[in-house]
Amino acid sequence: MSGIPHDHYEPTTSREKWLHSRLPIVGLMYDTIMIPTPKNLNYMWIWGIVLTFCLVLQIITGIVLVMHYTPHVDMAFSSIEHIMRNVNGGHFIRYLHMNGASLFFVAVYLHIFRGLYYGSYKAPREVTWIIGMLIYLLMMATAFMGYVLPWGQMSFWGATVITGLFGAIPFVGESLQMWLLGGPSVDNATLTRFFSLHYLLPFVIAALVALHIWAFHTTGNNNPTGVEVRRTSKADAEKDTLPFWPYFVIKDLFALAVIMVIFFAVVGFMPNYLGHADNYIEADPLVTPSHIVPEWYFLPFYAILRAFDDTVWIVQFTSFITGGIIDAKFFGVLAMFGSIAVMALAPWLDTSSVRSGRYRPMFKWWFALLVVDFIILMWVGARPAEGIYPVIALIGTAYWFAYFLVILPLLGVIEKPEPAPATIEEDFAAHVAPSQAPAE
Amino acid sequence: MFKKTGIATLTALSLSAGGAMAAGAERHIEDRDFSFEGPFGAFDQNQLQRGLKVYTEVCAACHGLEYVPLRTLGDEGGPNLPADQVRAYASQYEVYDEEEDEYREATPPDHFPGSQLENAPDLSLMAKKRTGFEGPYGTGLAQLFKGMGGSEYIYSLMVGYEDAPDCAPDDMDGSYNVAFGDGGFPEECEDEDGNHTVPGSWINMAQPIQEGSVEYDDGTEATLEQQAEDVSAFLMWTAEPKMMARKNAGLTGVIFLTVLSVLLYLTNKRIWAPVKGKKDS
Repeated sequence: MSGIPHDHYEPTTSREKWLHSRLPIVGLMYDTIMIPTPKNLNYMWIWGIVLTFCLVLQIITGIVLVMHYTPHVDMAFSSIEHIMRNVNGGHFIRYLHMNGASLFFVAVYLHIFRGLYYGSYKAPREVTWIIGMLIYLLMMATAFMGYVLPWGQMSFWGATVITGLFGAIPFVGESLQMWLLGGPSVDNATLTRFFSLHYLLPFVIAALVALHIWAFHTTGNNNPTGVEVRRTSKADAEKDTLPFWPYFVIKDLFALAVIMVIFFAVVGFMPNYLGHADNYIEADPLVTPSHIVPEWYFLPFYAILRAFDDTVWIVQFTSFITGGIIDAKFFGVLAMFGSIAVMALAPWLDTSSVRSGRYRPMFKWWFALLVVDFIILMWVGARPAEGIYPVIALIGTAYWFAYFLVILPLLGVIEKPEPAPATIEEDFAAHVAPSQAPAE
Repeated sequence: MFKKTGIATLTALSLSAGGAMAAGAERHIEDRDFSFEGPFGAFDQNQLQRGLKVYTEVCAACHGLEYVPLRTLGDEGGPNLPADQVRAYASQYEVYDEEEDEYREATPPDHFPGSQLENAPDLSLMAKKRTGFEGPYGTGLAQLFKGMGGSEYIYSLMVGYEDAPDCAPDDMDGSYNVAFGDGGFPEECEDEDGNHTVPGSWINMAQPIQEGSVEYDDGTEATLEQQAEDVSAFLMWTAEPKMMARKNAGLTGVIFLTVLSVLLYLTNKRIWAPVKGKKDS
């Protein structure tokens, strides 16, 4: 791996040399674990480890659950009850898996917003950002399909609603929807293919995680100042960085342990708090639940999806100029996917030369508003689409798009950034270790 | 889009006939203190045994517990019946044996029978199904802090039968219940905006538990409230039989991870001390 100058692995014994000349795997591991890391990283840089842990947790608990689960419409629900009642420790493993998904999304949202605030998406880390967005999309697909597997009422009707979105695509929608479902409606073919993909996608995610890590190990980590590590010499680099092991490994493990305390409290004492009670009713195609609500982590995007109906002028206008091809439903689908697309395009939409939000006085406020907006969208996504709620959803959606498409490009031009420290070393001395005098 | 189908099918979902469900059905759900609430709460073995009696003599006439194996009646943390009592209890049920192609006496490995009536829902998971009685739009915080869950709902339903309000027509199907929100509701009891003027709705199930419906073996007086509470606790156990094991595992996890956190905090502090220019501790 190229990047920040640092010591590389040197095989010393003859056995190490023998292996190294054939497969430099020890060297790869050494360089990965000893990667020079900016020493001023704060506690928002722990979420990567938490996410890696979540992926491993979900894969391990998932593999065990598969040993007892039956992917068939007649047996799926009762096989889950079998796991909950008869499999040794099955109830706890399932609750870990269920709540593990929530922890996964808590961590990914904090991870993404950290990237948005500190400008981690900006050059030269665009590829890391794009891979991250792909991972996030796959996570959502995996979580959605996993939620279908218990074959409860919310599983069934959630699947019906979400796959119905694809039916809204003009011309090919209906065929596409049928192709996805394996039939005209959500049925056994849907359950088995979702099961198959729910097992497959985590391994695709794992591969993308490796690329994600490779990419930012090539560019080096971003840090709270956004100032790059000095690469002029190894000595300079060492003033700005510390090796990942042990400094950041221990720090991250400490943070992970604290988060695990909360996680185990949730799993042990209120495992169904984040779930939906209707999913303890077996799926019934003849009975629609009174309110179909997705899992909490989909709610902001669900709000964006539902924000557009026939009464919104932009929908009427788009429908008019496309000759009715883009109707309100398809517009909502485009908006939902668009809201993630604009986020993925942030590296090219943000025109500011300053990377970290810490030194951008105007950006700070707009970013804070984006976080508030995200929370409002999450809240409104769980409300019925009536009364004042669609208006709130519409305003929230408008701000989401405005942030990426208008505010980020404009701020780079009109904002006067504050001076950033010249080096990470300087920032570290000023913030993390005030007792230490600045070097030289 | 969902609303239309939602309202149309709500009527199908509800137990009672006639009357469209309007927004804002108010229900009286009473907060009760159950022994199993909170992080350290545990099932009361005697209460579960009493609840089993109520279930067997009252509910089982129509309802079933298809996911619950009879042998779990002997589980620790559950009703904890002795093995011979579990066998004796099981033998009162008949189950269909697929291998023998005939009905035979149930044994502990068999499950409770399913529902006897088509419109009587299975009760295995009822206490969990009904935790969402306040709707997905509720914050769920009442459940978290007050322990208002499915067992409160079941209790309130059992004691919620009252004389029909004056506004209701005499030929209304079902029984009026102040805790039931999904049933039929007469137009006569709505104001001009379609809001309900009385709480609850009409349920198909006639009041199942009366004063003294069962005679408790332990001499507890079988008041309506007592029986309702006991059967609610029992149904909570059928829905979440591993609750105690789960809480224990959670508590163990929390304690061990707290210790680990402290150790890692100290390790982290010590590792970083020289870098931060503090004295190595």
